Amino acid sequence: MNIIVCIKRVADTSEAEIVIQRGGQGLEEEDFAWGINEWDNFAVEAAVQLKEQHGGVVTAMTLGGEDDEEVLRRALAMGCDEAVHLCDEAFAGADAWGIAKALAAAVRGRSYDLLLCGAVSGDAGGGQVGGFLAGLLDLPLVALATCLEVGSGNGGTGGVARVRHEVESGLERVVEVDLPAVVTVQTGINEPRYVSIRGIRKVAGAEVQVLDGAALGLQAAELGSAGARVRLEELFLPPRGEGAEVLEGSDEEIVQRLVEMLHQRGGL
Amino acid sequence: MRTIMAIVEVVDETALELAHAARSLGEVHLTAAVFGAEDAGCAELARYFDRVVNFPLSPGAVFDAEHAAAALTPWLAAEQPFLILLSHTNNGLDLAPLLAARLDLPMLADCLELGLRDEQLTAVRTLYAGKVHARVVADAKGGALATLRPGAFDGDEAIDRGGRIETAAVPPGPPARRRLLETVAAEAGSVDITQAEILVAVGRGIEEQENLEIVQSLAAALDAEVACTRPIVDKNWLPKSRQVGTSGQSVSPKVYLAIGVSGSFQHLGGVKGKPFLVAINQDAAAPIFAVADVGVVGDLFDLVPLLEEKIRARKG
Ligand SMILES: Cc1cc2nc3c(=O)[nH]c(=O)nc-3n(C[C@H](O)[C@H](O)[C@H](O)COP(=O)(O)OP(=O)(O)OC[C@H]3O[C@@H](n4cnc5c(N)ncnc54)[C@H](O)[C@@H]3O)c2cc1C
Ligand SMILES: Cc1cc2nc3c(=O)[nH]c(=O)nc-3n(C[C@H](O)[C@H](O)[C@H](O)COP(=O)(O)OP(=O)(O)OC[C@H]3O[C@@H](n4cnc5c(N)ncnc54)[C@H](O)[C@@H]3O)c2cc1C
Repeated sequence: MNIIVCIKRVADTSEAEIVIQRGGQGLEEEDFAWGINEWDNFAVEAAVQLKEQHGGVVTAMTLGGEDDEEVLRRALAMGCDEAVHLCDEAFAGADAWGIAKALAAAVRGRSYDLLLCGAVSGDAGGGQVGGFLAGLLDLPLVALATCLEVGSGNGGTGGVARVRHEVESGLERVVEVDLPAVVTVQTGINEPRYVSIRGIRKVAGAEVQVLDGAALGLQAAELGSAGARVRLEELFLPPRGEGAEVLEGSDEEIVQRLVEMLHQRGGL
Repeated sequence: MRTIMAIVEVVDETALELAHAARSLGEVHLTAAVFGAEDAGCAELARYFDRVVNFPLSPGAVFDAEHAAAALTPWLAAEQPFLILLSHTNNGLDLAPLLAARLDLPMLADCLELGLRDEQLTAVRTLYAGKVHARVVADAKGGALATLRPGAFDGDEAIDRGGRIETAAVPPGPPARRRLLETVAAEAGSVDITQAEILVAVGRGIEEQENLEIVQSLAAALDAEVACTRPIVDKNWLPKSRQVGTSGQSVSPKVYLAIGVSGSFQHLGGVKGKPFLVAINQDAAAPIFAVADVGVVGDLFDLVPLLEEKIRARKG
């Protein structure tokens, strides 16, 4: 059971102030806390659990700048066996399509039964890369997996997986899918293991394979912003619209007002 | 005239949103491709679309993205529409990127607004769960595909367009690589938050499972039920039956108190019927404040116990 899991390093901005750079092409990133995309953490755990049950090799793969290597180290600490870093200055400005094309080029020629992605990313969150990969590699796709079991499978020579996944109206479906397949992982599918600093230190010496555009056989016109089909024109702060009436004052005063409002609105 | 194809999973409000978004792009000829619709469903769509193409499903079959992609790819390749529209739903996540890749089209995902500038398709989409918006553009000369966030567009008004209804001939393809085994309904929980008049919804701001107690105790003081966001269920801190959102319950209480909830569209998608919405969040830029009636910017660990105290005092 060989598995490739695609992971992305994203900024957690839930506590950060958002400042858009002049020109609207980027954000001030000093205050951001970075880490593995939430969905990808579940995907790595799913991959490692399958390996623990069935044996095989799990390869973590990311496309990104030099700092992004940290998510690969984290994945190794969680139990991935190999790490591949698609890193090239020419990748800058890549859209989801460009990212998927580069990942597909790196995946081709490897032996795998499952290609796992997160369902969406916490930053751009288009939920496209997994589906693009399935299309580019001509593999079946199951999106939003909440349970993943494999029957058999050895190095891309057949076998099936049983996948439960979310569809509409709170329903889930169980499907059987031929391997190799692309599965995108939804949060809650498992309980990702804790990664200690010691665990990360242990894999500090592990090799990370670095591949650039040339190694992937990609032309300059296909890379980064040159190959992007979707271009960013401008970032802006969302219009506040009507917005909430924000209560001001001391906690005491605010809470007193709130109690009155709740009373008036039938909340008491 | 430009042709636009809307891929419709079921005949509901999202289909009318696709129609409305398409019509907002100017004079267009609008087709709905639908799967296994009954006659009545096709007739309903024909009021909004100029053409309805029904892809039959074998008896007992349901909409399935893998099947839909197989049926739609050759059909769309032959029709060559200017634009293909889908909803950014779970089925949309399963189908749209696959379709875009197979048809080799640029894709704009999860759009809140859609526009046309010459041969370019423009869209507004969100980054960082709604804290930032981005205006993006794709070259649509050779066609394009976009998915629209449910609820972000108005539904089209019922002008009877008397659309032509057709049944698609689907040639038998190779055996499906993905097969449906069963459909599983959400487990019924011991509580039914959909019936509650007051809900106290807790999000990841609560930080630790032990801390849930302050929210539970506030709910008790309000005679309310506790609801939550998905991450709380993912951590097994509360049962799935208490999760509000597109992959949880739809609720329509009178009062909704959101505590440490950022206000993702997937969460708010489950909050119906315009309740009196109060948000407590320490981040003044949290998207929840854009939709709340009343906001309190502050630390929930100070505010929640104080609120409970005042409520109990008032009740005497
Ligand atoms: C400030 C900012 C500016 C941006 N500017 C542009 C722009 O100009 N044009 C544009 O098109 N996009 C832009 N983006 C979007 C960015 O390029 C996206 O990250 C990219 O398009 C991937 O799509 P996604 O995040 O929607 O991935 P999704 O499709 O939501 O990701 C799903 C899964 O795909 C996999 N995956 C995604 N990315 C990677 C990766 N790098 N390496 C390995 N696996 C991965 C992971 O498994 C992930 O869970 C911008 C984003 C930000 C935050
Ligand atoms: C296909 C799909 C379906 C989904 N379905 C659902 C769904 O049904 N329901 C759902 O909820 N989500 C769903 N999600 C997940 C959704 O995208 C968000 O990730 C989730 O709603 C975020 O939950 P949250 O608001 O609790 O967490 P966060 O976004 O992390 O927000 C936590 C908030 O707490 C605030 N906070 C932190 N500490 C404090 C403090 N001390 N005092 C006050 N405030 C504080 C922070 O400022 C932040 O705004 C779905 C996602 C996908 C991709």
